[in-house]
Amino acid sequence: MATYDIEIILNRQLADCLSIPVFITDTAGNLIFYNEPAETILGSRFGDTGEMPVEVWGTIFKPLDEKGKPLPPEGLPLVKTLKDQLPHHKVFWIESLKGKPQKISVTSYPIIGRMGKFLGGVAIFWENKDI
Amino acid sequence: MKVSVQGVRGSIPTSGSQTTQFGGNTSCVTLMEDGRMIILDGGSGLQKVTLPDPEVKRVDILLTHFHLDHIQGLGFFSPLFDPDKEIHIWGPSSITHNLHSRLNRFLSPPLFPVLMRDLPCEIVLHDVSNSSFEIGPFTITSQFVIHPGATVGFRIKGKSAVFAYVPDHEPALGPKGLIFDKKWISGFELMEEADLLLHDGQFTTEQYGKKIGWGHSSMEDAIQLAEYVGVKRLLLTHHDPAHSDTKLNEILDALKSKHTGQLDFDLAREGMEIELG
Ligand SMILES: [Zn+2]
Ligand SMILES: [Zn+2]
Repeated sequence: MATYDIEIILNRQLADCLSIPVFITDTAGNLIFYNEPAETILGSRFGDTGEMPVEVWGTIFKPLDEKGKPLPPEGLPLVKTLKDQLPHHKVFWIESLKGKPQKISVTSYPIIGRMGKFLGGVAIFWENKDI
Repeated sequence: MKVSVQGVRGSIPTSGSQTTQFGGNTSCVTLMEDGRMIILDGGSGLQKVTLPDPEVKRVDILLTHFHLDHIQGLGFFSPLFDPDKEIHIWGPSSITHNLHSRLNRFLSPPLFPVLMRDLPCEIVLHDVSNSSFEIGPFTITSQFVIHPGATVGFRIKGKSAVFAYVPDHEPALGPKGLIFDKKWISGFELMEEADLLLHDGQFTTEQYGKKIGWGHSSMEDAIQLAEYVGVKRLLLTHHDPAHSDTKLNEILDALKSKHTGQLDFDLAREGMEIELG
């Protein structure tokens, strides 16, 4: 595959500096990078898994509403961003690796490159914070 | 393809007795193939470029970006004042400013006495981004690379050789420096297996540590990058204006004595002529 656009590369380099979990996808939703804080949420290391197809990483999270009912993927911020190329934010619950529901806030934004081209999406997980 | 190096200095022209060996003019390189010339960047080195055939109407200048050290020679390039000439300028646009408005900022008062529209030559502008195009015998690929503002690098394929030109580039920007994975290296496709790469090498590693984010590379990073992308030969350019000939020679000696790989590398020198292919 070709080299990523520098807008994607710079998003990865930025994510690498942050202490908040960041996930970066291509336009199809394939996970192309996640930083170290995100590794603890995903339960795997980027160095081990490398990139992950959307159908693989999309099933790792079990998003739930406040009553513990599963949330449809269409309502999740990153899924919406990849569809409409707009930023989104939502507070919901995910089943943690230990099986307990964990409240999270997710902000997603589209990477619109220098020439106005849609290149991918970024999801930031703000753990245990109502934002 | 003949590569002629006309300017190697970064940031500001640096003339004087301390820079006579490597040269004090800012970025400019000419390429010749089959009697056809293209010019890469219009730094102060452009001022002394002469056309191979004065009768040729068309001149092509490819700009990597609009920092002053890459355009300051433009207004002093004599074909611009020749009504018989057609000057094609290729450069990166942005979503907010097209090439004309970006260039016009420099080629207009108070920075320059003549308005671009009053220049006697015919100017033809070409926006480039992540593009491919042909000029005579040259097939050119441009791609955005990591450097402040819209900046491209060029890969130029002639009849039997490939030259890569990335004079302003900071591919190691980030907490872990260069990521040795070809998908994650800015400009990888421009540089891959080129016969000659002219690449930013403004700083020593120590200096780079204090200038992260300025848009330039350490020489060590550029060497590692060149090895990774598999170029045959590397010339480091965009020499820091504070580096005298003595200093550059010392740095080069240290780099050579430390280097254990196979890469053929050197510092670019004004006046160098290299035949490729
Ligand atoms: Zn420069
Ligand atoms: Zn520059």
